Amino acid sequence: MLEIKNLHANINGKEILKGLDLVVRPGEIHAIMGPNGAGKSTLASVLTGNQTFEVTKGEVTFYGKNLLELTPEDRSREGIFLSFQYPVEIPGVSMVNFMRTALNEHRKYKNMEPLSATDFLRIMREKKTLVEMDNKLANRSVNEGFSGGEKKRNEIFQMAMLEPRLAILDETDSGLDIDALRIVANGVNKLKRPDNASIVITHYQRLLEYIVPDFVHVLYDGRIVKTGGKELALELEDKGYDWIKKEVEENI
Amino acid sequence: MSTDILHEVTQGDYKYGFTTDIETDIIPIGLSEDVVRLISAKKNEPEWMLEFRLKAYRHWLTMKMPEWAHLDIPKIDYQSIAYYAAPRKNAPQSLDEVDPELLKTFEKLGIPLHERMALSGIAVDAVMDSVSVKTTFKESLSELGIIFCSFSEAVEHHPDLVQKYMSSVVPYTDNFFATLNCAVFSDGSFVYIPKGVRCPMELSTYFRINAMNTGQFERTLIIADEDSYVSYLEGCTAPMRDENQLHAAIVEIVAMKNAQVKYSTVQNWYPGDKNGKGGIYNFVTKRGICKGENSKISWTQVETGSAITWKYPSCILLGDNSSAEFYSVAVTNHHQQADTGTKMLHIGKNTSSHILSKGISAGFGQNSYRGLVKINPAAENSRNFSQCDSLLLGDKCGAHTFPYMEVNNDTSIVEHEATTSKINEDQIFYCNQRGISTEDAVGLIVNGYAKEVLNQLPMEFAVEAQKLLQITLEGSVG
Repeated sequence: MLEIKNLHANINGKEILKGLDLVVRPGEIHAIMGPNGAGKSTLASVLTGNQTFEVTKGEVTFYGKNLLELTPEDRSREGIFLSFQYPVEIPGVSMVNFMRTALNEHRKYKNMEPLSATDFLRIMREKKTLVEMDNKLANRSVNEGFSGGEKKRNEIFQMAMLEPRLAILDETDSGLDIDALRIVANGVNKLKRPDNASIVITHYQRLLEYIVPDFVHVLYDGRIVKTGGKELALELEDKGYDWIKKEVEENI
Repeated sequence: MSTDILHEVTQGDYKYGFTTDIETDIIPIGLSEDVVRLISAKKNEPEWMLEFRLKAYRHWLTMKMPEWAHLDIPKIDYQSIAYYAAPRKNAPQSLDEVDPELLKTFEKLGIPLHERMALSGIAVDAVMDSVSVKTTFKESLSELGIIFCSFSEAVEHHPDLVQKYMSSVVPYTDNFFATLNCAVFSDGSFVYIPKGVRCPMELSTYFRINAMNTGQFERTLIIADEDSYVSYLEGCTAPMRDENQLHAAIVEIVAMKNAQVKYSTVQNWYPGDKNGKGGIYNFVTKRGICKGENSKISWTQVETGSAITWKYPSCILLGDNSSAEFYSVAVTNHHQQADTGTKMLHIGKNTSSHILSKGISAGFGQNSYRGLVKINPAAENSRNFSQCDSLLLGDKCGAHTFPYMEVNNDTSIVEHEATTSKINEDQIFYCNQRGISTEDAVGLIVNGYAKEVLNQLPMEFAVEAQKLLQITLEGSVG
């Protein structure tokens, strides 16, 4: 579904991604690991169309469409979802209003009628249960006054509402205690289907105990330098990234 | 990214720019004692009203236009303005007699003048240019003893009330624009709620300026007698015009013992084009007096239109334990300028006032909050809380805050909070990532920011106001 070829991207003239290749097929879970500053979050931003970053070279297709030509909102409507590392607060905008606007925009894109208030609230109730989200949170303004864990859970809740074809989880485990981590991971697992896929960006192997990846990629210096199965994550946890850095340098 | 995007989404055009072909009856341009006499004669006014106008006119000649506001006002030639215009036809007795063109205009504005109006429970005293065209629900209101009519009718049928209260809150010498209004006012609305009556519906007036070079000088007087309650809505849109148009209205509110008056405005006059050409000058004097004990006056305003706004809905808290509120959202986009706020004058004991002002600036807009909180020596144990927030969209607009406080006793508490924030790119991207376009995202964020004020509006008005905020700040994308 997703094909990234030789992707290069800059921020303020500094090259962060330096020829990244990645293929994701339906039903797969890909973990992307790597040291700080390797370009993990940049990848998430570029895929979702954050204009702080400039793509200088390369191709990205999503179900055959040139993703880089689409606006951020159309990428979302095409089914790409980003669970933000730092979800922003939007004061005064209720979660209900926000989610209803978003969901109806997705439906409009697919030439579907907007949901009635009753149907919308029913779906919202179902999904809240799925991610074990507190009723009270849904009645508050978007992320306003949410704790770190509540914000992350709210991201998974939104993902459940929008049912993306490709979910990108950007360091969803950061700032979560073990219970919250389990709840978030459960949510992600429950949403897994043969026709959707996930890219899980993480620093630590911990999250991958709950969300089991089909592939683990090591991102270093703007490129994917190593790919393996879930055991690669364990190896990284054990040995750190230095041996990979060494391998890369030897190859140059 | 976003300066461009913000720039783009704030370039929305004014969506209510159309004019109707109704023949209007216009007095030749210019102002003189003869013109004042002519206006009074056209309206068949009694001698005392003419005397009042002339007194004001003579005083006005001695006055100068105020220059203290943070506004750049082009020179206004008061001799090039027509001071009176009325639809030519005689006042209709029923809807069938109303000019179909006029009905169509109201239709376009979404004003429910016929059946829909009855369903929504609003009585509309529709003001087209200067003369009231139609007043509805008058009968059912009159059964309760409520008087809701045009100002001219009040002069004719209720001269005692008019003479007693007119100019009792805003004296004819008050300020340049108010004095001008006293001399040449054309018409407006009059409301009297008798003792112990709770007005069962929202009273509403729609204003519309619709004649070339016509000054609009409305006058509204609301009297709420003891233990009464009324909620009054004022909403306006104006057709697109090249010439600048002057609007200098007066609103006076009198609240007697235990009375409550809620006055809500949605103002959407033509703001001028993207380059700052044209647009309405809105120089309005609005003031209420909490005359009796425990009385309460609440002002809510959503100001999205006009090229220049100069407006300070104020309250005199005379009665002990009386209270006043001021809730405001003011938007300036393109080259719009607004200097708006309130005055709270505490005179009675245990009086309290609450000010919540939300300014939104976009494009090259300049938005100023100006407020005075004055606690008199006798106003023991009085309280005020003021909060003034400013939101900036883009980097070429401005937000300014001018709070004045005078506290003359040591038992009172006055608090002031102010914040300035810029609309956040991360917030917009977050919305984009959920499938919401930048245009809708700005609408959502701005409405969220203004929510506390919008919540003060009656339901139907709140929906209209939300749309208006979105329309004002968006339009060209998508």
